[in-house]
Amino acid sequence: MSWWTDPVHTIAAWLTTLLTGWGLPAWLASLIIQFLGVVVLVSLLMLLDIFLVWVERKVVARFQDRLGPNRVGPWGLIQPFADIVKLLIKEDITPAGADRVIYNLAPIISLMSVLLLWAIVPLAPQILGVDLNVGALYIIAAGALGTLAIIMAAWSSNNKYALIGAFRQVAVLVSFEVPMIAVMLIPTVLAGSMGMNAIVQAQNVPFVFLAPLAALIFIIAAIAELGRSPFDMNEAESEIVAGFHIEYTGMKFGLFYAGELLHAFTFGGFWAILFFGGYRFFGLETLGPLVSAAILLAKAMVGYWFIMWVRYTVMRIRIDHMLAFNWKFLTPLAFVLLMVTALVNAWLRNSNVLIYVLAMLAANAVIGLGVLQILRNVSRRDREKVEGPSQPVAAGQ
Amino acid sequence: MQNEWLYIGLFVVVGALVPTAAIVLSWIISPKKPNPIKQSTYECGMETVGDNWVQFKAQYYVFALVFLVFDVETVFLFPWAVALGKLSVFAVLEGIIFILILLAGLVYAWRKGTLDWV
Repeated sequence: MSWWTDPVHTIAAWLTTLLTGWGLPAWLASLIIQFLGVVVLVSLLMLLDIFLVWVERKVVARFQDRLGPNRVGPWGLIQPFADIVKLLIKEDITPAGADRVIYNLAPIISLMSVLLLWAIVPLAPQILGVDLNVGALYIIAAGALGTLAIIMAAWSSNNKYALIGAFRQVAVLVSFEVPMIAVMLIPTVLAGSMGMNAIVQAQNVPFVFLAPLAALIFIIAAIAELGRSPFDMNEAESEIVAGFHIEYTGMKFGLFYAGELLHAFTFGGFWAILFFGGYRFFGLETLGPLVSAAILLAKAMVGYWFIMWVRYTVMRIRIDHMLAFNWKFLTPLAFVLLMVTALVNAWLRNSNVLIYVLAMLAANAVIGLGVLQILRNVSRRDREKVEGPSQPVAAGQ
Repeated sequence: MQNEWLYIGLFVVVGALVPTAAIVLSWIISPKKPNPIKQSTYECGMETVGDNWVQFKAQYYVFALVFLVFDVETVFLFPWAVALGKLSVFAVLEGIIFILILLAGLVYAWRKGTLDWV
């Protein structure tokens, strides 16, 4: 065991000998080491979060044909630190009618719910917080805490815009959670485990080749859960100004913002873990755990970039369209995909890998084309209801 | 890593402490000059009429109910999905029948017009 093949456990073993050498009991030493591990991970995440602010501003600038921050430091890299100082020294305004305890608790829970997700992210087989055997359920549970934070923020700030934003956001969150759970069952079926590490280990063929439609539904549901455009009903600027965080100023607003960005990056990471092989990349992961961690972070950054790409390209849609899209399209599709995946898996699991992959791809293609055909028929019927039956164009005219 | 849930518990503690520290630091160094106008509720320049804590549209409640049905029942699907590799064909089909029953509930809500935003 050296620092290159297993850095975390090497350091932990060294610290254990050091602490027990000071006369501490073994359980206390282990507790202190775990605590230090959590502190290091959370600190690195907050540093990453600051970097994400810079990435987001740079990328949105390029999408809108601007330069973005470029004055403070090289390529504007120091800009987020200047922003943090500004947020810290801003006056903190609490509206007169606010419920102070819940009002102050909401941004804390909002950021905490995102940080909690990272307890189970496998950066490498050797670098991972805990390998929970109920990983997929844990993601959903920790995500639900974020919903709670939004309701708390909106209800306690005593603002009608905020309350409307929170109602919409919760309706959207609970709706899009259904297809999300359904497509998270698909990697579970394919890997035979809910643990994140086991799911990555099972991906000799990345699951995106076995379940491309599931990967697509996962990222759509994730964007809705994040409350990002085109699903940003919770903070639709033109209608309800800023939604649930309208009354928040200074650092509390900053915490909501930091939580949102880190949440997007985290879901980019889970997209990579569940469907794109996580820390595995053509055998590069055998070089060492630090390389694996770099691979996962790079994949998560690609996912984050994809979410930003959608955000700055697609327009916001109305809430009735959005809920209809979820309940009448995504949910049935996700459950049909789950059934077909389970059947093909039960039928061809023990056959040749190539046949298995091709059968899965064919099943996905059939479902995808069938869904497109149904959509085409429905929209033609809707159009004819408005315009009258379409006239066939005579030849020669 | 003897106890997984102890680690999660530590994560909750540290995850709550970090944002709390940020808020406390900002509370210490930021100016505090409150006045009634500054602390009034923001409503695009309008005076707020009445209280915020009012009745709201029942439509949201209906969506929450439909969600609840799915959420509770998908919890049963996770063990089925994990054990799928060891199950007989009959058990696989049984899980699929369970999903079909779930979808029948969705179709019922759909036909009832519950899923249309009014």
